[in-house]
Amino acid sequence: MNIKILNGIIIDEQTELSLSEICTACSSSAEWIIELVEEGALDPIGSQQNQWRFTGKCLLKARTAMRLQRDLGLNLAGIALALDLLDKIESLESRLSQFE
Amino acid sequence: MDYKDYYKIMGVEKDASQDEIKRAYRKLARKYHPDVSKESDAELRFKEVGEAYEALKDPEKRAAYDQLGSNWKAGQDFNPPPDWNAGFEFSGGGYTGADDADYSDFFESLFGRGFGSSQAHHRTGRTDGYSLRGEDHHAKVIIDLEDAYQGATRAVTLQSPVVDNSGHVTTKQRTLNIKIPKGVKQGQRIRLNGQGSPGMGQAPAGDLYLEIEFKQHHIYRVDGHDVYIDLPVAPWEAALGATVKVPTPDGVVDLKIAAGTKTGQKLRLKARGIPGKPPGDLYVIPSITLPSADSDAAKELYRKMEQEMAYNPRSKLGV
Repeated sequence: MNIKILNGIIIDEQTELSLSEICTACSSSAEWIIELVEEGALDPIGSQQNQWRFTGKCLLKARTAMRLQRDLGLNLAGIALALDLLDKIESLESRLSQFE
Repeated sequence: MDYKDYYKIMGVEKDASQDEIKRAYRKLARKYHPDVSKESDAELRFKEVGEAYEALKDPEKRAAYDQLGSNWKAGQDFNPPPDWNAGFEFSGGGYTGADDADYSDFFESLFGRGFGSSQAHHRTGRTDGYSLRGEDHHAKVIIDLEDAYQGATRAVTLQSPVVDNSGHVTTKQRTLNIKIPKGVKQGQRIRLNGQGSPGMGQAPAGDLYLEIEFKQHHIYRVDGHDVYIDLPVAPWEAALGATVKVPTPDGVVDLKIAAGTKTGQKLRLKARGIPGKPPGDLYVIPSITLPSADSDAAKELYRKMEQEMAYNPRSKLGV
């Protein structure tokens, strides 16, 4: 039997998504993504909204933000704070793992 | 099917007020949220707590649940008594929060599946038009560090809910063979175009996103695209210098250790981390280990060192 092998694209710092692409990837509305950007929780490249480009890291953050809002009922400021703290914990833990 | 004690899961008394239940839920949800918690069973616990809250937060569902009686023990085999919910009126609306498909059989036998709300509507929240791009799917795939160096092909089994013609939801399994590209890093996503849910009408299918996670390795640690390894070194190798063999995910290499090497120093092997543009580095951390003094000859050598080397390892401590 012939096995079909699928090739994927790595979504990394170099991959950039437009506003509409990140909305589809999160199944969210554009308004909600815009609110996250205005709160400073997401940091797209480009100053004008129609030129915004989101990195793979933004996509992860947007999805985490969705879950935090849905599951814990956080508001935007709370989400932005939680994302910052999660970032900080991640970098501390990876530094800690060098010493363990 | 096992009986579930929702009060026990939430850690509240049977006569807890709705406010107490809400507080308990908020606390547990923060504790076990998979994005926040590092506990290994966080996801499972989070779902369990979500289900318990779903049943108890609604006074109607709670009253119905209470009516089952308190003789049931958690884990006990359970079948709902016939007409158990007669006389209870659920005001519909279905359930909110987590995905319907995540609830246990026990929950569904009591409260049904997604009653009141149409499944498709509930899942996508977008009903306008008959051409609708399929939903994106997300899944996690666990690979070995070596796979990131060499690339690999992995069979990934995914379960996705499917709605049949009569509106029932079943989970369908499918297996995809996916090429893991060389140079992937922990936490990165791989996008497979068109492998998500099929679109409605003429619209294209959604995409599948795979999150890469490295299996914990017994000798390497990974940080971004850099890789770390602890290298045990004999005292004479560290003191006099030596060329020693070091394993790397790409194969064994010879490493020159300078005379006077100390434990904890970082020796960098450039571009021997995870491949990419730019590639990561491999850091070798020497750790000097002592041969045990388990023979007379070994003891004699240690005594000789003690006598002939004027060495005070605690000189910096002033003693």
